[in-house]
Amino acid sequence: MSEIELHHPPPLAPAAAPGELPTKPVIAPSVSGDDGSVWTKWLTLLGGLWVFAARFFKTLARPPYEFREIVRQLNAIGFRSMSLVTVVGVVIGMVLTMQSRPTMLKFGAEAFIPVMVAVSVMRELAPVLVSVILCGRVGAGIAAELGSMRATEQIDAMDVAALDPYKFLVFTRIMACMIALPLLTIYADFLALIGSWMIEKLYSGMSIGLFINSVQSGVDFSDYLPGVAKTIFFGFTIGVVGCFEGYNSKGGTEGVGKSATDAAVTSSLLIILLDVLFVKLTLMFWGPG
Amino acid sequence: MNLFHRHEKEATREYPLLQADHLAIAFDRPVLRDVSITVDHGETLAVLGKSGTGKSVLLKLIVSLLSPDSGSILYKGNDVTRLTEEHLMELRSEIGFLFQGGALFDSMTVGQNLDFFLLKHTDLSIQEREEKIVEALEMVALADAIDKMPSELSGGMKKRAGLARSIVLEPELMLYDEPTTGLDPLTASSIAELILGLQTRLGIASIVVTHDLPTAFTVADRAVILNEGVAVFSGKMEELEHSEDKFLRDYLSASQLNRNRREGILHPTQRMPTIPESAGRAA
Repeated sequence: MSEIELHHPPPLAPAAAPGELPTKPVIAPSVSGDDGSVWTKWLTLLGGLWVFAARFFKTLARPPYEFREIVRQLNAIGFRSMSLVTVVGVVIGMVLTMQSRPTMLKFGAEAFIPVMVAVSVMRELAPVLVSVILCGRVGAGIAAELGSMRATEQIDAMDVAALDPYKFLVFTRIMACMIALPLLTIYADFLALIGSWMIEKLYSGMSIGLFINSVQSGVDFSDYLPGVAKTIFFGFTIGVVGCFEGYNSKGGTEGVGKSATDAAVTSSLLIILLDVLFVKLTLMFWGPG
Repeated sequence: MNLFHRHEKEATREYPLLQADHLAIAFDRPVLRDVSITVDHGETLAVLGKSGTGKSVLLKLIVSLLSPDSGSILYKGNDVTRLTEEHLMELRSEIGFLFQGGALFDSMTVGQNLDFFLLKHTDLSIQEREEKIVEALEMVALADAIDKMPSELSGGMKKRAGLARSIVLEPELMLYDEPTTGLDPLTASSIAELILGLQTRLGIASIVVTHDLPTAFTVADRAVILNEGVAVFSGKMEELEHSEDKFLRDYLSASQLNRNRREGILHPTQRMPTIPESAGRAA
């Protein structure tokens, strides 16, 4: 007969609601709420993002990688964003041409419209607009997906099975974002020029050959490369923020929605701020004077 | 060489499979204050208690999903709380964990869920992996669901698929987190029988967290009852059944009364039913 142990504890503070499992706090403060100091929240968030992003480079240094999952994520993040980017690209070109046309005409600079549109689109508009729009489509999507996986204990299941959820879920999504963003930006650049030419054709009857010649005469490598290169970092930002918010999501389904919103808000703000830095760097290396 | 396999022979003789001593953890309030449990090889321990008393937290401490504020957890004599990341991965690959909802990866079919585990932890060929997957699914009577997505499965089927995924790597210790919660009595009973059958066939040790008494009496050799963060009972199921302690009697009666009410066996005003003999562990 084994020994029976019986003892009754003194009462505790009120317990959590039935079925509610208390969880250790994680560093994923909301940036969309209005409680607490905004600066404290942002600094805590940036600290958490820094640690989370550092783990990406640690994982990068430890192959093998999940190539099949990266390809699957490229399809989900890149290929499935193409319809949205198609619309954005064409509309950027069309609107920019329509808006600038009256002013350019006033100064007799109609011939420079293709160059102006190309430089504007390649340097700034396509990289930033595509990235900001994908903060919503991709960043919030990643946060919602990983948040749901956290809420349904799928991430915990990977953890307890020694399957390294960061490597399988986070690293692959960040890599896919870093690959997809530049490709989508190049695609948007191309479509914006098509949109611009369509408006030029409508207003002035400009041929496609003349449009291409005009663009080639005024655009060089330094207009094109920095714009595409910075989207690798924008993709990294979208991936890290989306994964961070989803991976550290708490509060069940309500928390999933909040993570998605925070991912979109944080990543778009960071992209706009990072863009200022990249513009400064671009001007330092390739700028006039 | 695998850390745990290296120690396995002597550990099997010298230490219990799992020994947790004086565990304490607090979040916004203390959850576990002083809990000690021991699980021997091939033994099944039921962890009982009200909701919010830290039963699931105890399981998460064992697999280091959470770290205790104090106390130690020895698996085969190795302190889980002090393992390196590499050794923690080895430990986790020897422990199966059935989550409340099954926690199937919803982007994969049932078969792919199982294959994912085998692919990452074994060097088996495709054919060998397929054989193991089918074998595991047959054990839980889900062989025909191999190509189904988790969204196509019922709650009970998800738990059975999760169970198949947990046992496909032939763990030495299985942890069950509320395996019958949210299921109708018949499905709950079939899950309990399934757990018992797997233990008998595979001889693995188990910890079953539940507040479903019939499940506990069906599958467990011993029980620990948690209340207010402390283990108020630790002993054999028969000892629990015949205990005269007021808290335990009240707990057992309330659990049985609630179950009987759900199944429409008793009039709601009837109090203090006795635990039926048939609730004892199946031979």
